[in-house]
Amino acid sequence: MRTDAMLTAYKTIVNREIRRFMRIWPQTLLPPAVTMTLYFIIFGNLIGSRIGVMGGFDYMSFIVPGLIMMSVITSSYANVVSSFFSMKFQRSIEELLVSPVPNWVILAGYVTGGMSRGLGIGLIVTLLSLGFTQLSIHHLPMVILTVFLTSALFSLGGFINAMLATKFDDISIVPTFVLTPLTYLGGVFYSINMLPGFWQGVSMINPILYMVNAFRYGILGVSDVNPYVALGMILLFIAILSAISLRMLARGKGIRH
Amino acid sequence: MTNALEIEGLVKTYGDGFQALKGIDLHVAEGDFFALLGPNGAGKSTTLGIVCSLVNKSAGKVRVFGSDIDTHLSDAKLNLGVVPQEFNFNQFEKVFDIVTTQAGYYGIPLKQASVSAEKYLRQLGLWDKRNTPAMMLSGGMKRRLMIARALVHEPKLLILDEPTAGVDIELRRSMWTFLEEMNRRGTTIILTTHYLEEAEALCRNIAIIDHGRILRNTSKRDLLQQLSSETFVLDTDEPLEKAPKLDGFYNHLDGEGGLVVDVEKGQSLNGMFIQLEQQGIRVVSMRTKANRLEELFIRMVEDNNTSNADQGVSA
Repeated sequence: MRTDAMLTAYKTIVNREIRRFMRIWPQTLLPPAVTMTLYFIIFGNLIGSRIGVMGGFDYMSFIVPGLIMMSVITSSYANVVSSFFSMKFQRSIEELLVSPVPNWVILAGYVTGGMSRGLGIGLIVTLLSLGFTQLSIHHLPMVILTVFLTSALFSLGGFINAMLATKFDDISIVPTFVLTPLTYLGGVFYSINMLPGFWQGVSMINPILYMVNAFRYGILGVSDVNPYVALGMILLFIAILSAISLRMLARGKGIRH
Repeated sequence: MTNALEIEGLVKTYGDGFQALKGIDLHVAEGDFFALLGPNGAGKSTTLGIVCSLVNKSAGKVRVFGSDIDTHLSDAKLNLGVVPQEFNFNQFEKVFDIVTTQAGYYGIPLKQASVSAEKYLRQLGLWDKRNTPAMMLSGGMKRRLMIARALVHEPKLLILDEPTAGVDIELRRSMWTFLEEMNRRGTTIILTTHYLEEAEALCRNIAIIDHGRILRNTSKRDLLQQLSSETFVLDTDEPLEKAPKLDGFYNHLDGEGGLVVDVEKGQSLNGMFIQLEQQGIRVVSMRTKANRLEELFIRMVEDNNTSNADQGVSA
C-alpha cells in the first residue's frame, strides 16, 4: 500500500472513531465532566478546605492534576476497548481485515482515536477545574509529553483488552477491578509521603503513580517520584504494549479463525 | 490470460482438530462468473474466508491476480471486493458513511470515494437512503449495501457468499441483472449460493465442494451435459388429480398443478404428447425445469457421501 493511501486509511479510522464518540456524546463526553465537577465540589471545595495544605499547595490545586490524568486514562482506555470490541461483536472489524490497511496503521488509528477522546476529556476537565482553582503551568513540555504518552499507553491497553475479550463482561472487568483501584491508589487524592514506609514501597510498583506525579510535576512543580523516570517508564510500557498489540493483530487473535 | 484466483493444496484445520479443507485446488480465470457450490459445512465459506484474509490457512497457496497472499497480501486485497454471508457493518452508521469509510480503508480520499459511493448507491437503489442508519434498512437493502461497499474501490474480483439469501424473488432478479452487468464490464465474480438456479442462470463455470474436497470443477455446459434426461413441466387446461400413466416417461405432479415429465436423451417428445392426447389431457404450455443443476448437485453429493461411508470417513 502506498504511503499516501496508508495516510488516507489512517485518517479514515481516526475520523470514524471521532465520529463514533461524538455521536454518542451523552455516553462519552458528558459523564466524566459531571463526575469530575462533583469531585471538585465535594473533595476540593467541601472536604478539601478542611484538609488544608498538601505538597505545599491547597488540596484543590493538589488534586486537579490527578483528576485530569484520571479522566484521560479512563476515557482513552474506554474508547478503544468499547469501540474495537463493538466492531468485533458486530463483525464490522471484517471491513478492516479484508482491506489492505497494514496492522500498524490499524493500531495507530485506534490509538489516535482513543487519544482524541482522552485528550478531549482532559481539556474539558481542565476547563472545568478553572472554575474552582487557578492553574499555573510549571513545565509545559512535561505536561504535554506526560498527558499524550499516558493517553497513548492506555489506548493501547484498551486495544489489547478488546482483542482478548470474548463477551461484554470482559471489557468492564479490567477498568473496574484493575484500572480504577490503581488510579485511586496512584496518588490522585494524596501524596504517598503520607503513607507508612511499607505502603510507600507498594505504591511504587503502581505505574499510574508515575504518570499522575509526572503530570503533577508539570503543573505544580512537585512530585513524589522523579518525573523523568516516569516518562521513561511510560515509553517502555508503550513499546511493550505496541509489540503485544501488533503480534495479536498479525496472528488474528480473536478476530480471525 | 492471468487467473483471477489460483488456489493450490489449500488446507484448513481448526483449533479443535476439525479439517474443513483437505487440499483444495481451484483456478478461476479472469472475467469468469464462477460458482462454488456445496452443502452446509462443505468448506465454501472457509475457502472464501481464506482468500479474503478472514480465516488463517493451515497450508497451501492462494494467489489473487498473481499476488500471493503470503508475500503480497496488500496487492491481493486491493483487487478483491467481498460480500459476506452475514451483515457485518456498523448498524449505527449511515449508509453513505459505511461505503465511503470502506473506500478510505483502501486509501481512496473522501472526495473520490464520495463519487464512487454515489455511483454504486444509485445503481443499487440506495441513494435515497444514504443518510439512513444501516439498522433502519430492510434485509434486501442491507444486502445491496454490502454489494455497494464491496465495489466502492472498483475491485477486479468480486466474491459473494450467499448474496441473495433471504431476498425476495423480484429483488433477487434485479441483483442478478446487476451482477451480470458487472461481469460484462470485466469484473470477475465468484459466488456461493444455495439457490442452484442462481448458479445455473448466472455462472459459466462451477466447482462443487463437499467435505473439504472439490468434487468437480468444470464448465456449467459440461456439467449439464452429464444429465441423461431433461425435465419438463407441462401445464394442462384442466387440473390433474393424479399423474397419468405414460409408457417410457417417468412423471409426477409438482403440487402446483403442473405435470413434471423426465425425458431421456434421444426420446421423442411426440410419443409423450400422443399418449397425453389419447388420455384426453390437453397441454397448454410447457417449460424446461430451471434447476437441472440441482439434480446433478444432489447426485454428486450423495455419491460422495456413499464413497466416504464406504471408506469409513465420518461426515
